[in-house]
Amino acid sequence: MTEPLIFEVSRPGRAAHAQNPGCAIDVSGIPPALRRTDRPRLPEVSEMQAVRHFTRLSQKNFSIDTHFYPLGSCTMKYNPRACNRLAMLPEFLARHPLAPESHSQGFLACMYELQEILKDVTGMAGVSLTPMAGAQGEFAGVAMIRAYHRARNDLERTEILVPDAAHGTNPATAAMLGCSVREIPTDADGDVDVEALKAAVGPKTAGIMLTNPSTLGVFERRIQEIAGIVHQAGGLLYYDGANLNAILGKVRPGDMGFDVIHMNLHKTFSTPHGGGGPGAGAVGVSERLRPFMPIPVVGVADDGGNRESGIGNREDRPALASDDSPFPIADSRRCYRWLDERDLPQTIGRLSAWMGNAGVLLRAYVYARMLGREGMQRVGEFATLNANYLAARLKDKGFELAFPRRRASHEFIITLKKQKQAIGLTATDVAKRLLDYGFHAPTIYFPLLVPECLLIEPTETEDKETLDAFVDALVAIWDEARADIAKVKGAPYTMPVRRLDDVRAARQLDLRWQPA
Amino acid sequence: MPFIPHTDTDVKEMLAAIGAPGIDALFDEIPASLRCGPLKNVPEGLPEMQITQLMHQRAELDGLPLCFLGAGAYEHHIPAAVWEITTRGEFYSAYTPYQAEASQGTLQLLYEYQTMICGLTGMEVSNASMYDGASALGEALLMALRANRRNTSGTVLIPETVHPYYVDVVRATTHAQGVHPVPVDYAAASGTTLSEALAAHEGRDITAVVIQQPNFFGQLEDVDRLTDWAHAQGALVVAVVNPVSLALLKPPGQWGSTGADIVCGDGQPLGAPLSSGGPYFGFLTTKMAYVREMPGRIVGRTVDLDGKPGYTLTLQAREQHIRRAKAKSNICTNQGLLVTAATIHMSLLGPEGLARVASACMANTRELLGLLSSIPGVEVVFDAPRFHEAVLRLPKPVAPVLEALAARDIFGGFDLSGRYPELGHALLVCATETKTRDDLQRYRAALAEVLLADASST
Repeated sequence: MTEPLIFEVSRPGRAAHAQNPGCAIDVSGIPPALRRTDRPRLPEVSEMQAVRHFTRLSQKNFSIDTHFYPLGSCTMKYNPRACNRLAMLPEFLARHPLAPESHSQGFLACMYELQEILKDVTGMAGVSLTPMAGAQGEFAGVAMIRAYHRARNDLERTEILVPDAAHGTNPATAAMLGCSVREIPTDADGDVDVEALKAAVGPKTAGIMLTNPSTLGVFERRIQEIAGIVHQAGGLLYYDGANLNAILGKVRPGDMGFDVIHMNLHKTFSTPHGGGGPGAGAVGVSERLRPFMPIPVVGVADDGGNRESGIGNREDRPALASDDSPFPIADSRRCYRWLDERDLPQTIGRLSAWMGNAGVLLRAYVYARMLGREGMQRVGEFATLNANYLAARLKDKGFELAFPRRRASHEFIITLKKQKQAIGLTATDVAKRLLDYGFHAPTIYFPLLVPECLLIEPTETEDKETLDAFVDALVAIWDEARADIAKVKGAPYTMPVRRLDDVRAARQLDLRWQPA
Repeated sequence: MPFIPHTDTDVKEMLAAIGAPGIDALFDEIPASLRCGPLKNVPEGLPEMQITQLMHQRAELDGLPLCFLGAGAYEHHIPAAVWEITTRGEFYSAYTPYQAEASQGTLQLLYEYQTMICGLTGMEVSNASMYDGASALGEALLMALRANRRNTSGTVLIPETVHPYYVDVVRATTHAQGVHPVPVDYAAASGTTLSEALAAHEGRDITAVVIQQPNFFGQLEDVDRLTDWAHAQGALVVAVVNPVSLALLKPPGQWGSTGADIVCGDGQPLGAPLSSGGPYFGFLTTKMAYVREMPGRIVGRTVDLDGKPGYTLTLQAREQHIRRAKAKSNICTNQGLLVTAATIHMSLLGPEGLARVASACMANTRELLGLLSSIPGVEVVFDAPRFHEAVLRLPKPVAPVLEALAARDIFGGFDLSGRYPELGHALLVCATETKTRDDLQRYRAALAEVLLADASST
């Protein structure tokens, strides 16, 4: 059923009266030339109309809470409700970003401990939580690499290497920092072509951006050799943490030789994707990049920096955690404070007005504490178990794996190249038809290297029955396509709309409602 | 095992299907020397009840003080329905709407948002959000550099009255692409951009001029004059605005004779709680002529196979997943859930409600200034007109005063003496519609007491 636009149900003079502060509109303090003379186009609806409209819109979405969502590279795992509830405690919601440290110790303790946990699981020497999404984390990472070379007066290093299968954000980020991009080919089994890498590195190499497991869903086996080659040439290694879920608690990027990494906390640490954000793209760095971290970072008032903390007398305040706190790094005698450019004079600076997506970081903190040490190690294990199980079952049903000789990581690729040649069945067709079967589609046509590909990431929170049902759906769609390809090409049939005309959307731009 | 559903039987059956002896065997491609041991700094897991107790304890530690801080993040009433609906799983746990047919809820909502934010700013086209106001300004300036084909120097005039943290972000995020910020002084009496300081740049190649309205001091800039001056130089005008103020103030699309070119700002006042600085969202609107230079997601209305209207992401050829190194920006995930909240928030307030909120903020700030400036030695620094913030000068250094106020659970405002030493003991204060008359009186009494105690002890 079509839900009208909220503007179409708007009537002049209607309002959600309970939301109006009981004061008159007085513009006498504003010079006439600076006043608004027209009414902004906002809806005029009752509270119930608004609630009903947006509730109905919500029901037109697929989401993790309602559907299996095996979108490769996006880690659509269950977002525990406790994380949301506890990040939205009134005191956390009301805390102003400029609140003094005297009234911030509870919040800062959470952030400090999150930094410590992330350092440990990634094997890095320092963590800054400020980047607001993966792409901003990448920006911070490459900016730090640039700053490092500049600080050493090594000014020629402006080239960033990326594998040809990399996420689009990698080359886009390098370009935003004024770097040129050089692509490194991938070999037949999905590893970086090491000979090509050797030929590519040199005095212009600023660094390489790698995802491991790669976007092809396989672990880069020669990672130590790659690290050696790049470091030998004077470059640094950047780890794109999009696929960190695969190795959580199993291998640490720091141990693989990476100098800087970003983590997508909205993937690996299960904060919600929110229909396109907010994310959180914390960065971790090796010792040599620590001075360049983006600010602010949470520090301990007595850990070296002697700057006046401004915390004052805290004896009248309750301890941070009870003495039998299960968390050894939460010390009730500690005072936490912000570190800024005075503590990190070589910082790449500030990436947002405040400290980033604090509320998202609180959710990640709660998640990390609920998982704990053992739970965290199980994430990588069961994400990998689910992916390998699904891959094995689909292979058994005749689907072609893109890298059949390799272990799947937390995700894997099937290619419909043969189905397309034989019966014209494409990745898009399967994706759209899956929606009718009640499954969100996997990522399609990424990575670009594999024709007609589906990148499938089930995550550790899905049960075996769901995975089996998904296999059944894919088999059924293939059967349908063999019997009647037109039927599959017409999908979806059960969604609020059928396939949309994207060409018309781009040619006849209609980007806001205007009254007829 | 938290959030993992597998039974022992499941695991056995799954391993058998894979043909692996155990879960550990699935990691056999990873060199043994790389495998890590136990995580030393990650504590044991906590059940939900215990983490709930811990988080309540932490939250209570920070308390609920009386807050007169603004400086870019403002405390407003948020209707209960806003976050009740925003945190429905269908919005909360969905991804970016790549599969349009299964994401019509989010897509239609974004189209409605684009319409509303265009309406507020008086512009023709909006994207689906940026990270926050400061990063939106950085992106707006990069966009101006791409869009201004006449003045290509990258010189950007940024008045000293623009939020200093925003300028920090511009410096950190745009220098590699050739944006060169140049500061412009402000008038001592009005706290607004100084005409003579601008005139000194006349005839130079200026790519863009930034105008913040209301400015960082809360003062109202002469936006028509500034806009026309900038356009006369061949510069694009990048406006930074507070969306709540736009219920009462002239929208940037109407500034000067042809309007601002790019408008950005922080959407926080539209339904986002203060929440330590985030998540908020940045908005970015422009003229249709510049739509192809815009960063970020854009939603368009189209039709489906049956001719029925529907919504989809469009103009994706600008974006990183298609254009890679030639993309307009690397932005991918943005702040979708905050836009959801803002759209519901704007719908519940409507044009009338938003104007009343803006008016109540102005009235409260005016009243607060009257009360505080009645304390001997406290004065309002700049002449009116202003919106809902103002600069006060205290007779004593600000930091210890703020500390003493905080000890009384009052956040007295933002200390300007670090960034603006020329203003002396200056303090930026804000009173939104959330403050009652008692709150204002409580602040006055506390400040008077603190200043008096300070005076008698020295």
